[in-house]
Amino acid sequence: MAQAPALPTGFELPLEPRLPRIGSVDAVSLEERAASLAKRSIKKDSKVFALELAIRCMDLTTLEGSDTPGKISALCSKAVRPDPSNPNVPSVAAICVYENLVPTCVERLKGTGVHIAAVATGFPSGQYPTDLKVADARRAVELGADEVDMVIDRGAFLSGRYAKVYDEIVQVKEAVGSAHLKVILETGELGTYDNVRRASLLAMAAGADFIKTSTGKIPSAATLPVSLCMLEAVRDVYEETGRAVGFKAAGGVRVAKNAIQHLVLVHETLGPDWLTPDRYRIGASSLLNDILMQLRKEKTGRYQSPDYFTLD
Amino acid sequence: MTELDRKQDRAPVPKDWTYAPAPESRDVVTLRERYGHFIGGEWIEPTETYETIAPRDEETLATVGQATAEDVDRAVAAARGAFSNGWSDLPGSERAKYLFRIARILQERAREFAVLESLNGGKPIKESRDVDLPLAAAHFFYYAGWADKLEYAFPNRQPRPVGVAGQIIPWNFPLLMLSWKIAPALACGNTVVLKPAETTPLTALLFCDVVRQAELPPGVVNIVTGDGRTGAAIVEHPDVDKIAFTGSTEVGKAIQRRLAGTGKKLTLELGGKAANIVFDDSALDQAVEGIVNGIYFNQGHVCCAGSRLFAQESIYEPLVEKLKRRLETLRVGDPLDKNTDVGAINSKMQLDKIVELVEAGKAEGAEIYQPPCNLPEKGYWFAPTVFTNVAQSYRIAQEEIFGPVLSVLTFRTPEEAVEKANNTPYGLSAGVWTEKGSRILWMAQRMRAGVVWANTFNRFDPTSPFGGYKESGFGREGGRHGLEPYLSFDE
Repeated sequence: MAQAPALPTGFELPLEPRLPRIGSVDAVSLEERAASLAKRSIKKDSKVFALELAIRCMDLTTLEGSDTPGKISALCSKAVRPDPSNPNVPSVAAICVYENLVPTCVERLKGTGVHIAAVATGFPSGQYPTDLKVADARRAVELGADEVDMVIDRGAFLSGRYAKVYDEIVQVKEAVGSAHLKVILETGELGTYDNVRRASLLAMAAGADFIKTSTGKIPSAATLPVSLCMLEAVRDVYEETGRAVGFKAAGGVRVAKNAIQHLVLVHETLGPDWLTPDRYRIGASSLLNDILMQLRKEKTGRYQSPDYFTLD
Repeated sequence: MTELDRKQDRAPVPKDWTYAPAPESRDVVTLRERYGHFIGGEWIEPTETYETIAPRDEETLATVGQATAEDVDRAVAAARGAFSNGWSDLPGSERAKYLFRIARILQERAREFAVLESLNGGKPIKESRDVDLPLAAAHFFYYAGWADKLEYAFPNRQPRPVGVAGQIIPWNFPLLMLSWKIAPALACGNTVVLKPAETTPLTALLFCDVVRQAELPPGVVNIVTGDGRTGAAIVEHPDVDKIAFTGSTEVGKAIQRRLAGTGKKLTLELGGKAANIVFDDSALDQAVEGIVNGIYFNQGHVCCAGSRLFAQESIYEPLVEKLKRRLETLRVGDPLDKNTDVGAINSKMQLDKIVELVEAGKAEGAEIYQPPCNLPEKGYWFAPTVFTNVAQSYRIAQEEIFGPVLSVLTFRTPEEAVEKANNTPYGLSAGVWTEKGSRILWMAQRMRAGVVWANTFNRFDPTSPFGGYKESGFGREGGRHGLEPYLSFDE
């Protein structure tokens, strides 16, 4: 394998020796590729497979100031058994909440196999002192989180202080120990696909188990081209180092059709090995009911009123 | 990721995701058993016939006419009549109305045409649906817009129509090439006799329906089907004023010889052996997409296909690795399946030619790579192919293969890239992949090719002139330039 050219200025980090070339991303062509993959026609059995897979890979999410133990309890039940009328529908991968709600989840999800993910490190802005962010992440694990979704410091990234971004991820990774670390890039704030690629490689170099698109708190989130760009970075790291990093698309995925498009991207970029909750997640709140509705339609041949699906 | 194994109670996840077949319905197309020639607005019963098939499974689709010299004579007479009896004198704005109408009907009937194009030609439905049909309609829209503005396109030159245009088109983009030919000809006030390719006559014959639906005056568009003999009859007909040909360089040369001294106008759009040049600073994953689109689009049946990949040596290995992996994801199969990326080879003859050249490549010492794929047993198929270790002197680097076969060569400096890329008798198109704007301009100035694409490939637009250097032909189609061959000027 040919070696990468020199790193761009400001990017001199203690990177692992065999990280792929940073390279660049051509926006027009990237968006074209994403659009063409979005046109895959997924029907019948392959659609049911995809819909169930989307549930298996889902981080069922609620991140509101108004979240209460009552609300979370209801959501936990939904996470374990999304469709009470059909026990064949699998559980979701994890439930994703603010730290304060983690104890409720621990209580409700014990023995179910559904993971608990907590957002931390000054979510969603990340504009807090490093020590607070690290403490925040550590506390999440102490409270019982299996997975921690951290945000990168976009202010630092956009002002070229890549080392700060990198260091923070390293410190948080150390603080969460064996818990699973997802690093949120908040791609909507990074401005260019080149930045998305750089941030992806940076996060992976710093030890992320997953890289994740967005917080879901700003309008531009997990678009297909952004996801494709990050998946290609994941692929390059895997090819170059053999290290398999997961990917989580979060924010803006509201309908089943869009979720299937995301799965197609993963399937045709990283292959079937990534079609598992250990390596792929979709973060969503309202998506689940649309998938349930589609699944029932595949089963019965008819669409049912939303009244037949629980709102939690 | 040991921590994820802590919770063992999660159900195991099935892994194999096979896309279910997603065939586009054939029912939208109603084919007649037998087609004649469309002359003077009427169907004329042919004296000789042949059968046209679907290359995906060799199913016979219809019986079509093999036009004789008499048939061609009749078609030219009908075209001459329509030219003299009103069409050429019609105000441009009136001609435009017909062209707009044709464009709209093509859009309305796009699905029908797309299915038929894939059926008769073998190209994937996603391409006929997303490329051929939208572009065909766009050409009619575009030239409709010029019809009443010819005086402004060529100020002080008093443009007049040429007369009867004889048009001979290839099988790789049957309907699109028809619209490249017919739209500017009609916009300029000419009438036409068009011959679709021998293997792909059906969308042209369906187009006759559109001509009637648009109520185009009889004789303005005449379509005769047949093989090279019909083409020769058109070329040699004394009352044809202009010949437009798209096809092989060999036939193009023969046409030019026959027309020498006759005073007939001629445009030729012939073969190509385009260089796709990838520099080490390019966006690699996107360059790979461009390479794939450049050579596997339409099974490589594209005159401007990027059949020679020039990779800068410093990124040669990762680039080829990425390319091979990407090839594994190409879905080769039923052209009517909406998920098919690479369809069937157009004809037995073409398949034989591809096989012959690929064998030559192997014999000369190039290293072949083909991804694993299950090709259907019936029909004409060829797996996407990459040759590495190719020397400039190999036949696969010199001759046009017109199939899904890529030859990979390397270069060290921009100068060397230019030199090698231009070292071919052809000059239709080229691609340059780099993130450096100044280098794109530097390269574009030096490439001896009619079209130079930067960080993209095989992108077409009716507003952009298209045509070749050297043995790739002369004359331009598309854009304002595309009007000129269909006009004569008082000068």
